[in-house]
Amino acid sequence: MFAEAAKNHGYHPFPRPVANASRAYTNPDGSKFGACEYCGFCERFGCEANAKGSPLITVIPIAMRNPNFELRTNAWVTKVLKDSSGKKVTGVTYTNTLNGEEFEQPAGMVVLTAYAINNTHLMLLSGIGKPYDPVSQTGVVGRNYCYQTGAAAQLFFDGKHFNPFMSTGGLNVGIDDFHYDWNFDRAPHGFVGGYNLAGGMTHGRPISYRPLPAGTPQWGSEWKAASAKWYNSAMIISSSGSVMANRYNYFELDPNYRNAFGLPLMRMTFDYKPNEHKMGQHAAGVINKIAKSMNPTMMNPAVARTEPWSVVPYQSTHNTGGTIMGTNPGNSVVNKYLQSWDCHNLFVMGAGVFPHNSAYNPTGPVGALAYWAADAIKNRYLKNPGSLV
Amino acid sequence: MKDIEKEGFGRRDFLKSAVAGGAVAAAATAAVVTTQPAQAQPAGTAASGYAYLNLDEAAFVEAMVDHMVPADQYSPKGTDMGLAIFIDRALAGGWGKGERLYMQGPWKPGVPSQGYQLPLTPAELYRAGIAATNAHCAKTYGKTFDRLDAKQKQEVLIGLSSAKITFSDGLPVRVFWSTVYQTVIEGMFADPIYGGNRDKAGWKMIGFPGVIATHAQDIIKYRDKKFPADYTSISDMS
Amino acid sequence: MAKVMKEVDAVIIGLGWTGGILAKELAEAGMSVVALERGTMRDPAKDYALPNIRDELRYVQRHDLMMNTARDTLTIRNNPSQEALPMRKLGSFLPGDVVGGSAVHWSGHTWRWTDNEFKIRSNYEARYGKKFIPGDMTIQDWGITYAELEPYYDKFEYTAAVSGKAGNIRGKIQAGGNPFEAPRARDYPLPPLTPILSSEVFSEAARNAGYHPFPRPSANASRAYVNPDGSKFGACQYCGYCQRFGCEANAKGSPHMTVIPIAMSKPNFELRANAWVTRIIKDASGKRVTGVAYTNVLNGEEFIQPASMVLLTAYAINNVHLMLLSGIGKPYDPVSQTGVIGKNYCYQTGAGATLFFEGRNFNPFINAGGSNATMDDFNINPDFDRGQLGFVGGYSIGAGFNTALPIGYRPVPRGTPQWGTEWKAATSKWYQTAMNIGASGGVMANRYNYYDLDPTYRNAFGLPLMRMTFDYKDNEHKMGRHAAAQINALAKTMNPTHLNEASARTDPWTVVPYQSTHNTGGTIMGSNPGNSALNKYLQSWDCHNLFVVGANVFPHNASYNPTGPVGALAYWTADAIKNRYVKNPGMLV
Repeated sequence: MFAEAAKNHGYHPFPRPVANASRAYTNPDGSKFGACEYCGFCERFGCEANAKGSPLITVIPIAMRNPNFELRTNAWVTKVLKDSSGKKVTGVTYTNTLNGEEFEQPAGMVVLTAYAINNTHLMLLSGIGKPYDPVSQTGVVGRNYCYQTGAAAQLFFDGKHFNPFMSTGGLNVGIDDFHYDWNFDRAPHGFVGGYNLAGGMTHGRPISYRPLPAGTPQWGSEWKAASAKWYNSAMIISSSGSVMANRYNYFELDPNYRNAFGLPLMRMTFDYKPNEHKMGQHAAGVINKIAKSMNPTMMNPAVARTEPWSVVPYQSTHNTGGTIMGTNPGNSVVNKYLQSWDCHNLFVMGAGVFPHNSAYNPTGPVGALAYWAADAIKNRYLKNPGSLV
Repeated sequence: MKDIEKEGFGRRDFLKSAVAGGAVAAAATAAVVTTQPAQAQPAGTAASGYAYLNLDEAAFVEAMVDHMVPADQYSPKGTDMGLAIFIDRALAGGWGKGERLYMQGPWKPGVPSQGYQLPLTPAELYRAGIAATNAHCAKTYGKTFDRLDAKQKQEVLIGLSSAKITFSDGLPVRVFWSTVYQTVIEGMFADPIYGGNRDKAGWKMIGFPGVIATHAQDIIKYRDKKFPADYTSISDMS
Repeated sequence: MAKVMKEVDAVIIGLGWTGGILAKELAEAGMSVVALERGTMRDPAKDYALPNIRDELRYVQRHDLMMNTARDTLTIRNNPSQEALPMRKLGSFLPGDVVGGSAVHWSGHTWRWTDNEFKIRSNYEARYGKKFIPGDMTIQDWGITYAELEPYYDKFEYTAAVSGKAGNIRGKIQAGGNPFEAPRARDYPLPPLTPILSSEVFSEAARNAGYHPFPRPSANASRAYVNPDGSKFGACQYCGYCQRFGCEANAKGSPHMTVIPIAMSKPNFELRANAWVTRIIKDASGKRVTGVAYTNVLNGEEFIQPASMVLLTAYAINNVHLMLLSGIGKPYDPVSQTGVIGKNYCYQTGAGATLFFEGRNFNPFINAGGSNATMDDFNINPDFDRGQLGFVGGYSIGAGFNTALPIGYRPVPRGTPQWGTEWKAATSKWYQTAMNIGASGGVMANRYNYYDLDPTYRNAFGLPLMRMTFDYKDNEHKMGRHAAAQINALAKTMNPTHLNEASARTDPWTVVPYQSTHNTGGTIMGSNPGNSALNKYLQSWDCHNLFVVGANVFPHNASYNPTGPVGALAYWTADAIKNRYVKNPGMLV
């Protein structure tokens, strides 16, 4: 329905690419996938059908079959260790969380792949690279933290059966006309970046998904009646928008609070700026235009966000930046091979390397960059340890 | 489920094969009501199924409680007394999640005088301990605990309770065992509202009357006489 | 910025027995009083009501009425050479955490400590010579006498509905009571509780052996009673769910059904629950306190409560912690032996035998908190000569049941397997046919048993935990061996089918399992500011408008439970404040 409406407006809908195997598949490494079961329990859950692409069913078992690979779980790394010159790392310290025992693991190289947020935290805790200060604008570790923005409309179609409980991780259709179409002229709108729109389902799990027209009471018979009527008869059109890097959006160590290990928590300073607000208004406008053209029975229109970013409710786990890649050690933490400018035998992966966040989910480039860096390590670094750039 | 287990199929195998598209749920999925609104069903008995234990852990716990508390003239077997359900609920609830545990590091092994020093909640301890015990069983007998025969299970429990078994991942056996033992005892003798001590079978075994309003008349009347307990639980009196 | 509240005459920190008594006494005297209690308000009619109060898992095993170590706890070590580690879950002792404190869920055992304890050093030196007391045993006289406290014991016993049989009324020995006790003006307010079989069997054996057993005095009303303040008690129902539980019958003497409601009926008294005091504030001179800082634990908001006087009544352990956190008085250092805050921490020791009598029915689930017969022949008996035995202090021996519920109490002969049919058979056979004989012994103060602030670990408020350094010393080991021998000798005369003999403890003190919540010392009372934190009126030598009440004032711990003197001292201090201090604020000594 969304695809048709989008086409009618002259946009270019396409199915969103997603790592849920549309049929049984064996990948080039020999890992076997089952076909997606459209079970409706995708994001937040492990996949019992082995249809969702995940390292647990692909690369990790292959590594584990190799005698020179060892996995230690329940092992919480607390610090990456530097040698006295500060130009090389020598290994890590970690705690066995089953009994609190501390260990040191020496290594010829360290690869920091603990997720964007934790990667920046470990760099800060380990004192590798200069921490970013937004006032003086010096330092690099922690800068350019970005996130995701979005808006959504809910459309109610009396009599239609959307069956929201039958879905996959990405059962929707998107348009990039306001994202990667460079012909989309930002000049009259005054924002940098873009957003893509998608229409369809996310999931139908009833604790969190019970679409109701705005103004429905929150309890009682009227609430139950509306919940029963609309649960199967609603769909959304949503936008996912980029967030541009800003001087005042960044990570650093907190001065007051500590974690269970007694280490300082990382402090996230972040808010959407006028750039994102302008883009949000544009996105809301386009969403509502398409939505209205579909003639829903009722609609909760998309509204551009005006309030500050808040840590509740769930919005997105696309935290990017903090250990950004670049060509210049003066304004980045890692080079194009994700190699630390400070310690050549330290590589930092993940979305922390993104200097800004775009409309798209991050895992595509994150995975590609991992393979890219792996190749650089295997083919060049190991033969000749040193800065690759 | 029970019939299937009698056939030697095992519950884990059943649920794994259900992925292939067989009917998983025993109850038919309710059709979406579009015509006449049906009367809501009155609440029935508590839902079965485990909130915390995964399939392997459930098999372990069930096998363990049935071995420690076998069916005999003194009581039904452990699973029939609800011990596995008690343990699951305890681990899924606040106590299991460490609501009353000081959880800050650093963690040192300390000396026995200093008591519990692990960075684990009871639920995490149970999870890690079952995994470690099953790893020991796989290494020693080629099978997980729930598949061992009675003699082998007894060996394992004696090994755990005496700390003659050690876990290779560093988890201290004594600490795991003492938590396990405590939950088994609690499951047997706590009020049935917690899921164990079904039909007050634990209390009946020892003659403990349970929830009693008063013994003021009994203290002289039954001195040196066996007390004719009525076996009352909290829900009996609610 | 913390919000500053309106100043009051007195702020009370912690509302258990001591805080409750002071709240009532001072509010009745017309003072404006604010009580800050870290725990939640409880309504006994709902919170301690049948059937849900009869829940061993919740109240005994999960400690529902007790402090939560996730928020605050202590670090523990046996001696200064060890690194102290946090007590991560409750074990050896169980401080309370509700309005009413641990007095809501105590057993009720109420004793009169006498000059036997108050003049301990003088007595031992006189009788056994100065050298008899080891160099590191830092016992000292208390600076108060039994005669001074006698009317206040009376007042506490009548308020708390203590049931018992006096042994010595104005010098005349009474049959059926404790012949060794100090003279009292009158009998207990209520007759003794109905004895149970185990205490009768024990008493008979004890009498045959030439000892003097008597019913343990306990604040469990043996019949319906109205105390002098008009608080109404129901009769004890012998329900078997005493220690650890609130009492649905209002038979157990507790502040929440006596002194606290009276204080709360006064317009000049205000209770703020969920109020966690983090600091007592001193003025610039350091010689006066000006109030307290506290946090509303419902939302984290911080407040200052100014007051003309501060009454620290937060339970023995917390009292010492707050003194240390607030920098009041000099912290004790065991190496240099300087300072007083934290010194003379003491605890309780014990030994026990389990006797199995095939065919008898002890009905361990039918009992009151005080269902126990006890004897003082190895305690305050003046004829008990320690000269050859070489230990200071004494122990009482007794038998009975108190909260013998099946998760925690399932006696089996030693060697019984821990699971399986044989275990079930033994558990089934012996649960009702076993009884215990136990000794409760004092612990003498020692140079190396003390409190201070921990250097590493903090509580949920970011404040340093208190560190407890404690172990039993040679003195307690010797006494324990003696006690075990006496218990076993007596037990054997009773010809049990089986006997799990008592043995003296040799291992270090451990933070598990539960042993006793009789933590004493840390801000001890005395006659000399050089070796005590408080004077005889429990007034701080450092800040005259600060009074600290609780078992933390004891310079040593005796065999007896502490609540008798704790309650009596609270009334004693209240009188000193009402009658002398407020008229002329300043040092009372």
